[in-house]
Amino acid sequence: MSLKLGVPSKGRLMEKTFSWFEKRGITLSRSGSDREYAGKVEGIDGVSLILLSAGEIPRELAAGRIHLGVTGTDLVHEKLPRWEQQIEEISPLGFGKADLIIATPACWVDVETLDDLDAAAAAFRKTHGHRLRIATKYHRLVREFLTDAGVADYTLVDSQGATEGTVMNETAEAIADITSTGETLRANHLKILSDGLILQSQATLWRSRVASYGVGEKEVLSELLDRLN
Amino acid sequence: MPNRSQIQARAAMMRVRFEAAGAQVVDTPLLQPAETLLDLYGEDIRARAYVTSDALRGEQMLRPDFTLPVVQMHMTDGAEPARYTYSGEVFRRQEHDPDRSNEYIQVGYEVFERNDPAGADAEVFSLFALQLRGLPLRAATGDIGILTAAVQGLRTTDRRKAALMRHLWRPRRFRVLLDRFAGRKPEPEHRTMLLEAADPMGFEVPMIGKRRAAEIEARIDALREDRETPPISDNELAGLESLLTVRETMPFALEQLRDVAVDLPQITPALDRLEARIAALQARGVDVSRLDFEAAYGRTSMEYYDGFVFGFYAEGRPDLPPIATGGRYDALTRQLGNGAEIPAVGGVLRPDLMLEIEEAAQ
Repeated sequence: MSLKLGVPSKGRLMEKTFSWFEKRGITLSRSGSDREYAGKVEGIDGVSLILLSAGEIPRELAAGRIHLGVTGTDLVHEKLPRWEQQIEEISPLGFGKADLIIATPACWVDVETLDDLDAAAAAFRKTHGHRLRIATKYHRLVREFLTDAGVADYTLVDSQGATEGTVMNETAEAIADITSTGETLRANHLKILSDGLILQSQATLWRSRVASYGVGEKEVLSELLDRLN
Repeated sequence: MPNRSQIQARAAMMRVRFEAAGAQVVDTPLLQPAETLLDLYGEDIRARAYVTSDALRGEQMLRPDFTLPVVQMHMTDGAEPARYTYSGEVFRRQEHDPDRSNEYIQVGYEVFERNDPAGADAEVFSLFALQLRGLPLRAATGDIGILTAAVQGLRTTDRRKAALMRHLWRPRRFRVLLDRFAGRKPEPEHRTMLLEAADPMGFEVPMIGKRRAAEIEARIDALREDRETPPISDNELAGLESLLTVRETMPFALEQLRDVAVDLPQITPALDRLEARIAALQARGVDVSRLDFEAAYGRTSMEYYDGFVFGFYAEGRPDLPPIATGGRYDALTRQLGNGAEIPAVGGVLRPDLMLEIEEAAQ
């Protein structure tokens, strides 16, 4: 048996995770060709690398199929309603930083806060006969945030990509999405509500509380955690 | 823990009692069109109901309660007056508390009756009390109609009243609006800048999206108009505040509310209805001198009720959801009635929880 470490299988998130571990003397790499999702771990014994889509890592941690995993705070909070009970944060990794925010068209000069959004939503529904649409893939987080803020008369529409374009295409009136520099928002003539920050996210190393830890895995885990600190 | 067949047997027995009171047995489909529920409850319902879909019928929800389909059924082909009873499963998503059931049986009783609202309120409450007799429960009652009347009679603009009415169910938001309309909160800086700008629409960014320039201008006009509106008076505000804190046994609550009506005379007709309800409850043998009344009761959880509201709670078991809840929902029949409407009152009981409490008591 070995301690299973789940890492995003591609892109900058994978590369930055690899170099974060490298700095701590642990070399992660993809074995074989670029197409193969098998991994290799050097510098510590008893750890195996599992390459996964970042979006699946929360679920795998919560199911206990991996012991450790790297993924964004946003995905953990969205996918695991009671995440504190299932997993534990070991260390933020300092990259992959992004804010989950609510943005509206920049031309909505009358809308600056959630309070304005709520008033605009009420009037919009009266005028157009349907609720104000907010495009997002973070349904649970956005809904809880808006419920808490007392915003009504909106509806969430699912958008798994190119969310910033939905307003211009008139398939949504506002969006809730992650942004790091705000560049894409500006390019699409959107602005962030002044109190529209839902969550600050970054890539984080998590530990599953529900995975089974044998004697060997416990030893490897404590060695690994020592090395990472 | 009671098993499913015990729960079903109890449910059947309770339904028979409602039939004996004159109710007709009805049933509704388990799958309900999501659109109606979403229109009524807003996006929040998604957090509470299971949603599924197919390509033909679109989004469907697993029945989160009976009231809505029963009202729809009555509004399309019900006779008048009508009494209905039902029992069956409802489904509720649970994301925060794993100990709460996501599937349980409700037994319900609904009265559609035009002539004697106080009598119908008392009928439902006393039948529920009878079903629950012997269990260690505490009953709470309230009346959303009093708060509604208070808001609608405020001496201020219709726009402000509509904004307050819209957030009657969200106490925190309601409070913020009230403070603003009473001039207790300074205008936010961004708003001052917007409203004092010579040409607020003279922006550089392109107009995008389905919300048009005319709608933005209309909101700016509305905000400007609101700025010129005098604040809600201290008298009215104090009246509203003392109204919301009334929490007494029924007769004393009525007395206190009559005092509030000195500042808020608009609630007097609603108080007369409360008085008639107290008399009707008494006539049915309910000990009103020991029945709690809270003016703010039902504000956070019972969104379609607009008059009398009630709930029964297990003493010493704050972990349990209410054992029974109900109330009057005249406005819902209007909303779903396509022009028709009928006063209606009803509620639901949880046989599973009743059995659980009985078991614990033994």
